[in-house]
Amino acid sequence: MAYFSINDLTIGYHKVPVIRNISLEVRKGEIIALIGPNGAGKSTLLKTIARELAPISGSIFLEGRDMQTISYRELSKRLAVILTERIKVDLTTCRDIVATGRYPYTGRLGVLTHRDEAVVDAAMETVHALDLSDRDFNAISDGQRQRILLARALCQEPEMILLDEPTSFLDVRHKLDLLSILTRMARKNNITVIMSLHEIDLAEKVADRILTVKGDTQFGYGEPGEIFEEQAIRRLYDIEDGYFDPLFGSIELKKPAGDTPEIFVLAGAGTGIPLYRKLQRENIPFATGILYTNDLDHRLARLLAAEVISAPPFRPIPEETLQEALNRMRQCRRVVLAGPEAELPNAPLISIAKAAGIPVEHSL
Amino acid sequence: MKNNTSIPAPASAGAYRVSQIRRRARYVLVFLVLILAFCCITVLNINIGNVPIPLSRIVEILLTKAGNSTEVNIIWKIRLPRIFMAAILGGALSLSGFLLQTFFENPIAGPFVLGISSGAKMVVAFAMIYFMEAFGIVSSYTLILAAFIGSLLSVGFILLFSRRIPNMSTLLVAGIMIGYICTAITDFTVTFAADSDIVNLHNWSKGSFSGMSWSNVGVAGIVVGITTLITFLMAKPIGAYQLGEAYAQSMGVNIKVFRTALILLSSILSATVTAFAGPISFVGIAVPFLMKHSLNTSKPLVVIPATFLGGGVFCMLCDLIARTAFAPTELNISTVTSIFGAPVVIYMMLRKKGGRR
Repeated sequence: MAYFSINDLTIGYHKVPVIRNISLEVRKGEIIALIGPNGAGKSTLLKTIARELAPISGSIFLEGRDMQTISYRELSKRLAVILTERIKVDLTTCRDIVATGRYPYTGRLGVLTHRDEAVVDAAMETVHALDLSDRDFNAISDGQRQRILLARALCQEPEMILLDEPTSFLDVRHKLDLLSILTRMARKNNITVIMSLHEIDLAEKVADRILTVKGDTQFGYGEPGEIFEEQAIRRLYDIEDGYFDPLFGSIELKKPAGDTPEIFVLAGAGTGIPLYRKLQRENIPFATGILYTNDLDHRLARLLAAEVISAPPFRPIPEETLQEALNRMRQCRRVVLAGPEAELPNAPLISIAKAAGIPVEHSL
Repeated sequence: MKNNTSIPAPASAGAYRVSQIRRRARYVLVFLVLILAFCCITVLNINIGNVPIPLSRIVEILLTKAGNSTEVNIIWKIRLPRIFMAAILGGALSLSGFLLQTFFENPIAGPFVLGISSGAKMVVAFAMIYFMEAFGIVSSYTLILAAFIGSLLSVGFILLFSRRIPNMSTLLVAGIMIGYICTAITDFTVTFAADSDIVNLHNWSKGSFSGMSWSNVGVAGIVVGITTLITFLMAKPIGAYQLGEAYAQSMGVNIKVFRTALILLSSILSATVTAFAGPISFVGIAVPFLMKHSLNTSKPLVVIPATFLGGGVFCMLCDLIARTAFAPTELNISTVTSIFGAPVVIYMMLRKKGGRR
C-alpha cells in the first residue's frame, strides 16, 4: 500500500474542472515536484490535497484513509503548508510566526510549554534562522521569509509538507539554500514533500518523482529521467522557438534563422560555447566543427548551429570528415577560432585550413 | 511517540530568552500604566462635576454611603454608573474594533467606519418608536436585540460587497455608504415620529454616556462580560487567523465556524454599545492600534485584555472631557472621541503609505 495516493482525482473551483483524472502514488519521504505551465492548476492541486478545496470527484488517500474523512485537527499534526500568498501581519517577530506552527499541540490559550519552545528553537536552527528570532517578519528578505515559513511548517511536526512555488522571488543562492534545507529535512526526518516549482531544472535535480500537468490533464508522472525527455518538455510547455537540454536542465533560445552558415567556428573542449551564444544573439547562422560527439561544445552546437561537423570520440578523425569541414569552411564568409590555437583539439584541421589558404581569424 | 522525544535547545537560543524577558516586562508595564490610569480617571470622574466632591469625601461615601444625601446621590446614582458604563462600553467598542480588524484583515476596520453602528442605530430607533407607541416603555434587552439585528444587517451588506470586490478601500467605501443610508433612514423616521416617542432618542442618537442607571450597567456588564470572556478564550484561533485563512485552516481551525463567531461576537459588542450609548466614533480603530503599538505585539492573548482595558480608560477620559470641558453644557461623546481618535487613524494611514517598501 502506498503511503499517499491520489486516485482518479478531478479538481477545480465551483464544479468547473481544472485538472481531470490525476492518479499517482507516493512513498513516504519522497520529494514530488509539480511542474507545468502557468495556470495549469498546480496550486489548485495543492489546495485540494491540503483540503482547502473539495475535490470534484475521485479521492486522496493518506495511509489508506480517505483524506476527506480525516479531521482538520488531526490533519494539522500530519500536514503543513507553505503558500504563495503574502502573510499580512503587524508587529510580529519571526519567532512568533514560527511558533504559530505549534498550534495543534498547545492548549486552550495557545501558551507554549518548554518543549514547544525547544521545538521552535530546533526548527529555527534547521533553517539557519536563529539570528532572525527577534526581527520583525515584515522587515526580512524574501529568502529569509521562506526559511521562516519552512521553520513554521516544521514546528507542526508534519509527516508531509506542501509548498506552493517556494522558490519564486528568490535569487539563485536562496533557491539553492531553501532546496538543500528541504531535501536534507526530507531525508533526515523522512518527511514527504510535495511542491510546485517553476524551475524545471531545479525540479529535475531535487525531486524523486515529477508530476507534470498541462491543459486539463495529468501529462506525466514518473522519475526525472523519464519525464525530462527533451520532446516531452517541449510539448509540456508548448515550446516552439527554443530548446530544453534535459542533461543540464538548461533552456536555449531558438537557432539563428537561415540554413546557410555564414561563419565557421573552429571550436572544441568547451571553447565554442560563448561564441555560439554570441552568434545566436546576433542571429547569424553558423557552422562548427570538428567536434567529438562527447565534447561539451557538441551538446550546445547541436541546438544552435546550422550545421555541426562531428566525429566519434577516442579515435582519429576520419579523412572524409576533415574534407567535409574544409569544404564547409570554403563556403563560409569567415572562419573563426574559438580560443587560443594551442587549446583547441582541432590542430590538424587548423593546419590543413591554413595550408589550403583559408584565412583563419582569431576573434569575431 | 514524537511528542515524547526531548529536543535539546540550541546554544544560541539564549539571546532569545533575554529578549523574551524584556518583552514580558513591557507587557507588565503597559498593564500597570493602564490600571493606574483607570484608577486615576475614576477618581477624577467622581471628583469633578457641577458639584465638586473632595477626595476625602469620596472615600467616605464609597465606604459608608453616609453623609450629605445630595453628594451620596450624585456619586451613587449619577457618576458611578456613568463611569462604569463608559468603562464597559469603551472596552466593548475597542474589542469589537479589534475583532473586525482581524476579520477583514484591515487595521482601519471598525464598527463605526463600516456602518455597523449606524445600522444598529437605525433598528434601535425603529424599536424605540414602535415600543414607545405600543407599550410606552422599552427594555434594555429589547434595545440590545434591536441593535444586534441592525449590526448584523450592516455586516451582511458589507460581506456581500467584500465577496464581490475583494478590495479594502472598496470595503471602507461600502461601509461609509451603508452608514449614510442608515443615518438617512433614521433621521427620516425621527423627523416624522411623535415627540413623546423620541424624547430619549435625540440625546442617545448623538452618542452619550449620560443618564445610565445601575440596571443598565448590570445588563451591559453581563452581556459584554460574557462576550469578552469568549473572545479571550478564542485568542488562539485569532492568532492563527492573523496569518490568513488558509494557514489558519492548515493548523486545524474550522474557518466557517470561526468566521461566524468573529462576526457574532463583534456585532454583540458593538450592538451593546449602540443600544446604551449610541454610535461612538473612532474608538474601535484607535484603541487597538495604540495598544498593539504600546505592547509592540499583535498577540491576541495580550492584545485582547489590553484593548478592553485601554478602551475603557479611553472612553472614561473622553467622557470626563465631554462632561467638564464646557460645563454645564455637555459635549457628545463622539465629538471628544473623534478629536483624539481621528488623528491616530490619520497617522496610521500616513505611516502605512510611507512604510510600504
